[in-house]
Amino acid sequence: MCTPGEVGISCYPWSMPSVWSDLEPLLLQVSKPIQYVGGELNSTVKDWDAAEVRWVLMYPDAYEVGLPNQGVMILYEVLNEVEGVLAERSYAIWPDLEKLMRENDIPQFTLDSHRSVRDFDLFGISFATELGYTNMLSALHLGGIPLMAADRTLEDPIVVAGGHAAFNPEPISDFIDIAVLGDGEEAVLRMSEIVREWKREGRPGGRDEVLLRLARSGGCYVPRFYDVEYFEDGRIKRVFPNRSDVPYRVAKHTVMDLDKWPYPKQPLVPLAETVHERMSVEIFRGCTRGCRFCQAGMITRPVRERSITGIAAMVEQGLNATGYEEVGLLSLSSADHSEIGEIAKGLADRYDGENVGLSLPSTRVDAFNVDLANELTRNGRRSGLTFAPEGGSERMRQVINKMVTEEDLIRTVTTAYVNGWRQVKLYFMCGLPTETDEDVMQIATMTKRAIDAGRSATGGNDVRCTISIGAFVPKPHTPFQWAAQESPDVVDHRLKMLRDAIQGDRKYAKAIGYRYHDGKPSAIEGLLSRGDRRVGAVILRAWENGQRFDGWTEHFSYDRWVAAAVEIFAGSPLSLDWFTTRERELSEALPWDHLDSGLDKEWLWSDWQEALAGGEVDDCRWTPCFDCGVCPTMDTEIQVGPTGRTIPLLVNR
Amino acid sequence: MKAPHEQRPVVQRIRVKYAKRGRLRFTSHRDFSRALERAVRRSRIPIAYSSGFTPHPRISYAGASPTGVASEAEYLEMALQDRVDLGEVLSQLDEALPIGLDVIEIVEATTSDFAATLEASEWHFAISAPEELLQQIPGAIAAFLQAEEVMVERMSKNGLRRFDVRVAVLSLVESAPATLADGDSTPMGDRGRRSVILEAVIRHGSPSVRPDDLLAALRIEGLASRAIVTRLAQGPFDERAGAVTDPFGPDRK
Repeated sequence: MCTPGEVGISCYPWSMPSVWSDLEPLLLQVSKPIQYVGGELNSTVKDWDAAEVRWVLMYPDAYEVGLPNQGVMILYEVLNEVEGVLAERSYAIWPDLEKLMRENDIPQFTLDSHRSVRDFDLFGISFATELGYTNMLSALHLGGIPLMAADRTLEDPIVVAGGHAAFNPEPISDFIDIAVLGDGEEAVLRMSEIVREWKREGRPGGRDEVLLRLARSGGCYVPRFYDVEYFEDGRIKRVFPNRSDVPYRVAKHTVMDLDKWPYPKQPLVPLAETVHERMSVEIFRGCTRGCRFCQAGMITRPVRERSITGIAAMVEQGLNATGYEEVGLLSLSSADHSEIGEIAKGLADRYDGENVGLSLPSTRVDAFNVDLANELTRNGRRSGLTFAPEGGSERMRQVINKMVTEEDLIRTVTTAYVNGWRQVKLYFMCGLPTETDEDVMQIATMTKRAIDAGRSATGGNDVRCTISIGAFVPKPHTPFQWAAQESPDVVDHRLKMLRDAIQGDRKYAKAIGYRYHDGKPSAIEGLLSRGDRRVGAVILRAWENGQRFDGWTEHFSYDRWVAAAVEIFAGSPLSLDWFTTRERELSEALPWDHLDSGLDKEWLWSDWQEALAGGEVDDCRWTPCFDCGVCPTMDTEIQVGPTGRTIPLLVNR
Repeated sequence: MKAPHEQRPVVQRIRVKYAKRGRLRFTSHRDFSRALERAVRRSRIPIAYSSGFTPHPRISYAGASPTGVASEAEYLEMALQDRVDLGEVLSQLDEALPIGLDVIEIVEATTSDFAATLEASEWHFAISAPEELLQQIPGAIAAFLQAEEVMVERMSKNGLRRFDVRVAVLSLVESAPATLADGDSTPMGDRGRRSVILEAVIRHGSPSVRPDDLLAALRIEGLASRAIVTRLAQGPFDERAGAVTDPFGPDRK
């Protein structure tokens, strides 16, 4: 127990330059001050002076979104376990505090020791989405770090981008020093060693040398060591290294044998409310379903399962370390684990009567069954059920290779209703390649059928369904990377038609909820997703004009982005449309061609052609390899069960 | 449809006194209750649950202090499914809570309606500010105490409210510094500014007067943002002694 004299900033066991004493009086004037104080359960403050390599890890969105992020949590723990290496965390600062910090000259800080982010050697930023780019600029600027990588000195950290968006970091290549593709666990350790060695030698050759060493290691993409030439019509002519010994193509990292990486072992537990009030255990990484729109599924191949016993150990350790009451079994498609039934039953048996809830955040429609539903609710807690058919019509689902039939969906939803769920959520996308108005209207028809089936199966009217729909954004390293993105006008028109079809029908209006994201933010996401280096100036201008927190409706301004694009692209063949609604051809060099996700470009193209022809591709976990290229290129393999093991009951509880 | 889990009956109720210290004074009441529920689970205290499809732990909170205000005297009550050793629960729960949310004392509940016994609170204000601001304080206190009514306005969920602060303030004095242990966060102390300590006893009730309302009632520009406020005690108010007394008195027999 701490006496009053020991708490507050004086709880840090050593003295260090901290911004806390300047920050504290400002916190009474801002909303949700708890998000800036740190000290979360399982957070770590390592001795600054004893560390040779210091990382700040940032999730470039608000604390409530960033804290639960598994990527940051894993790397924070992996790095802090290493002798001589420390990692602290930082999150985006809301405009109310940002304004006060600028007035009072307080830099972007870490939550752990409230130090300026500029004091660290490496500044890692995890981009789950491109909508974090403007927040990165805010953080750099608040931190007193030059926005342009070329202007940085030895006094500035090495800015590293990771996360899914780093598979095309070209739009932010002016602002970052390095992008790391793929799994971060081993990559950050290797980078730490390279930086440690360079520092021990007395930092020879300055910033350029350490970046070159990192680039030559093969696992770090350093944009400044690559030049891009363009054709007059705006297309890319070629991308080539401007230094010797740096690889022509930089490959992604893949961690094999997840059981060896049981992180986070000590999940962070915030005091503040966050978007996920539960503990997450990643049950497998990768996905081979082959949904053509899904960047995550493409870039995280191959499938690597955590074993049933590895999962059980992580759940037990995590529950003890956190006190959460709900465990999310996380992955891109959790019901696809080869032993998901045994896992659900084993965990439900083990925690019988302990008010621990289980949830599968991402469930495929066709893999769901009555047994799984019952196991998940046995302990009394019933979390929401979400399914993602993605496409409204059978034809649309063939185009995207999401092989779910309408009958599957209705059977699954009915099962849920019969087993006591009163509400299910269905995810769809609008603006998919080849989509027509009719395809989207099919969503209404199918959902009404599901409600009808639910009403007759339960013998009552107390069944509800919420449709959640957003605009499709074509992503790099997917078969749809060549596709024309649908314009916001067409997307918004279809979303409105669908809303009218649902809300105008009195028989269903109350039973079907309708949530949608309009098409405009998706157009900007499209620009940032498939943009090249020339988009960087647009990001900078939008940010200079006040753009922040692009993922938040109340802060996103489409007009500000359009104005920035018009200004920057004036007099060139480029435009917002050029990057978004323009279909690409096979011969065009794409901005990310020199970044290797392992996927064979020819295979992606043939799958794109297959999509247009309505052909389907199976899951290579259960059917023979269909040559996407990842395993041979990356020297990896599919790692799946079943192991045949079971989860033992716990004794002495 | 399956029936929800039957929950076991309550066999013991315990009352917990805890503190909210240092930077954890920025926890809101909702933040605290989430942290506590997790700590209860982690420390395997046999908490009772409500019945129903989403059972929740049976914990009731009394008179929680506002966000940003530290406290040495917060209270809550828990219902348990098994009898426990109070000393053990104290150390387990304190261990499971973050540093700064600290358990001070636990008693078994032998009386009912605990919340109603919390009649008043003793507040401590540590104010670090430029000299010209601090010089206004003695006069402001005198003027406040002489007035019969001091109205302030506060934005609430139901819009702007206007209410009298004076009637709820039982005492207000400027005291010598260092009532709290030294080293507690004194944000501006290192800049050569003097600190002033105020102590006040405020009666609970309607309209509820918060410590920042009292600072507003002193009518000194910039005062509220320079004060670190701590609740030192809450409990029954002894009119004769003019002091807040221990609310656990009756439970200790």
